[in-house]
Amino acid sequence: MIAVERRLNQSRWLTYAVPFVSVAVAFGVMAVVLVATGHDPGHTYRRLFDAAFIGSAAWTDTVTLATPLLFTGLAAAVAFRMQLFNIGAEGQLYIGAITAAGAAIWLGPHHGLWMTIVAMCACGAAGAALWALIAGVLKAFARTNEIITTLMLNYVAGLLLTYMIFDSASPWRDLSTIQTRSFPQSVALKPSQFWPTVTVFGVSVSFGFLLALGVAITLYVLFRVTRFGFEMNVLGDSQRAARYAGMRTRRKILAVMAISGAIAGLGGASQIGDFTHVLDASPQGLQGANYGYTGIVVAALGRYNPFAVFLVGVLLGGLQNAGLFLQGADFPFGLVGVMQGIILFCALGGEILVRYRIRIGRRAPAPAEVAAEAP
Amino acid sequence: MHGITKRFPGVLANDRVDFEAATGEVHALLGENGAGKSTLSNILTGLYRPDEGSISLYGEPTRFDSPSDAIDAGIGMVHQHFRLVPPFTVSENIILGEHRPEARSFVVNPRRIERDVAGLGERYGIAVDPRARVWQLSVGEQQRVEILKALYREARILILDEPTAVLTPQEAESLFVTLRRMADEGRTVIFISHKLHEVKAVADRVTVLRGGRAVATVEAAGATSRELAALMVGREVELARRVERAAPHGDEAALDVDGVSVRGDRGEDAVRDVSFTVRAGEILGVAGVAGNGQRELAEAITGMRPATGSVCVHGRRLRTGDPRIAISAGIAHVPEDRLGTGVAPGLSIAENSVLKSYRGISFGPLLNWSMIREVARDLIRRFDVATPGPQLRARDLSGGNLQKLVLGREFSSAPKVLIAASPTRGLDVGAIESVHAYLREAAGEGVAVLLISEDLDEILALADRVVVVYEGRLTGEFDPTKATIEEIGLAMAGGERP
Repeated sequence: MIAVERRLNQSRWLTYAVPFVSVAVAFGVMAVVLVATGHDPGHTYRRLFDAAFIGSAAWTDTVTLATPLLFTGLAAAVAFRMQLFNIGAEGQLYIGAITAAGAAIWLGPHHGLWMTIVAMCACGAAGAALWALIAGVLKAFARTNEIITTLMLNYVAGLLLTYMIFDSASPWRDLSTIQTRSFPQSVALKPSQFWPTVTVFGVSVSFGFLLALGVAITLYVLFRVTRFGFEMNVLGDSQRAARYAGMRTRRKILAVMAISGAIAGLGGASQIGDFTHVLDASPQGLQGANYGYTGIVVAALGRYNPFAVFLVGVLLGGLQNAGLFLQGADFPFGLVGVMQGIILFCALGGEILVRYRIRIGRRAPAPAEVAAEAP
Repeated sequence: MHGITKRFPGVLANDRVDFEAATGEVHALLGENGAGKSTLSNILTGLYRPDEGSISLYGEPTRFDSPSDAIDAGIGMVHQHFRLVPPFTVSENIILGEHRPEARSFVVNPRRIERDVAGLGERYGIAVDPRARVWQLSVGEQQRVEILKALYREARILILDEPTAVLTPQEAESLFVTLRRMADEGRTVIFISHKLHEVKAVADRVTVLRGGRAVATVEAAGATSRELAALMVGREVELARRVERAAPHGDEAALDVDGVSVRGDRGEDAVRDVSFTVRAGEILGVAGVAGNGQRELAEAITGMRPATGSVCVHGRRLRTGDPRIAISAGIAHVPEDRLGTGVAPGLSIAENSVLKSYRGISFGPLLNWSMIREVARDLIRRFDVATPGPQLRARDLSGGNLQKLVLGREFSSAPKVLIAASPTRGLDVGAIESVHAYLREAAGEGVAVLLISEDLDEILALADRVVVVYEGRLTGEFDPTKATIEEIGLAMAGGERP
């Protein structure tokens, strides 16, 4: 008999060891695939690491690709930690991008850069927070399932984005030239509104990346030393215990949805301010990148711990970067996808092993027995 | 069944139980919670394998390796919590998992099954529309589906686990008629219950289980409710354990509960118009078999569950349904579910020791960690919690130490009222002793203690007064120094008042 059962005591070392073992297993499995398709695994892996993590140019690209994942990963982590399954970071990011771009367009190029940045961040965060609160209010007052509402709202947000650029004459749409009238695109930010980059050891680090680091630190502090964080920790661990202790669970649901949405919205603002400088509604744009959904994977791999989420986000950014670099005539894009898929699959599988154990043969012990073994 | 023994880690659930039911009889299994009724029926339906003992069916020694063996042998079970698929129709539910070829064939013939089901329903007076979807049915009708399922599988032995728990008295009456008819046809009905009047109403013979042993099998007609109650509750009260305390201070009610009604999780009336008072320094025991509204009552008083009626602490009426109001009014609560409710299991002992008081010891919005650790160390020392340190997760504490932590935290809040629900359930003797000592100490300091427990010994040893709750109502009040265990047991089982 093979049975999968929940681990009653998750040991700490396992929590830290499993992710590394998972990645190692993934590279092992991928090696088989590489050999089967006629590639040299050693050579491929060396190219992969070179492309993602060796040298300042590689790091610049990795940081760029990681930035949106950091925001969506942190957004998902905040909510998931509290057993609030907000999978709407995708849509919240779109809304954040829309409102942040709107702020920049409305302000125009004649205000200071810092004011533009603050306005974009504030509007991006606020817009996305309000968007997330739609699901939050439904959850808190009507007990709807937030997984479904946030997911559906992603589509609504995507359609809204498409509508604003392709199907209407909204202020976001650029109607100034014949070209943009026949090939719709959004008003672009002026170069004076582009977010700055900081160069560290030759690596050009986007402002958004630093902002995400700031968010991670803030969240860590929030969870660790504030009353609000304490209440979130209790609520995330046991809803009944939180109610028993007289905590206002409804308010917490609203607050957490708003925070989660705001972080995703900052991600949208950063996309506009740091990288694209236009609101790209095309299928290859924001809606093709799946930052929100990848963020859920980042959050899960980081076990909802802000710093771990940050590291995983950078790692995944590197992987995407390497994927872009590897693909070419002798290395099809599909194979890059297979590699990323295997790594994610192994990492998630490892995650399950931390929480559950597989028992072969013996009958599962009753909880009382395990409790008796505990100190 | 002969000499059935089943051990669970730390518990002897069935201890050499002999049980025999004849063809054509309704045989009741009577016992308190934890007496071993469910374990015995799970063995009979192949869910558990006995550690010792043997089962014979119609004289043939039998061995069940799985529930499907038992089904093939003609044993059907109606569980307390139904095993039905709500979106499916009645007849679809009935053929689910069915072994006979007509139901297993790739293409089922729904007409024929519906006809069979309707015919069975009529024959036994439990007609249900075979095409109705299960979610549309009332609880009573769903139970009929479960019984029809067993009949359709041609069960010769039908086991019903507390079947009336979810029924109205009228539905229960008609169920009894059905059970009788099935027995008259030569089937065997095993009826599990802890309610005396039902057992007397429907059963031919009664086997009483207590503490995992079969203590007696008697003719239902020949036994009085009083005798059955005595057999079920059993033990002599250990009066020696009763420690005299000073009389409660004053006559003023510290906790005044008046006309409180509460709805349960399924929307049923779990507590109906309950009124009582507890004075400062007094321990009021609430006795009763589990599931008669005790949990809902405790949750209503502590604000965890909305309720109608009034709850007053020292004359000040509280708004119900808000735990924070109850906490600030000085109501401490030791909940029944100590691991999921009393503490957040994944958080540390330190965090759990300030679960309610963290607001008071914060610097504005910031936690005062040194103070939190101080509180935790103090609790661990004063209440003798065995742990390597305050950073250990609450889930890793043993049951007794966890309960000491919860009790300690609740006592430290200097409460006016303490609600303790099954505070010693699952604890070992030593831990029980210390929990009892703490409860006495709290009463000694003038706290009004409401002790809700299924353990009658515990209530008799600690309480100044005892009330009994049955089906959400208070059915009696007793002086524990004068009342006999039979009288209380009778009230607990809803028997006629003496």
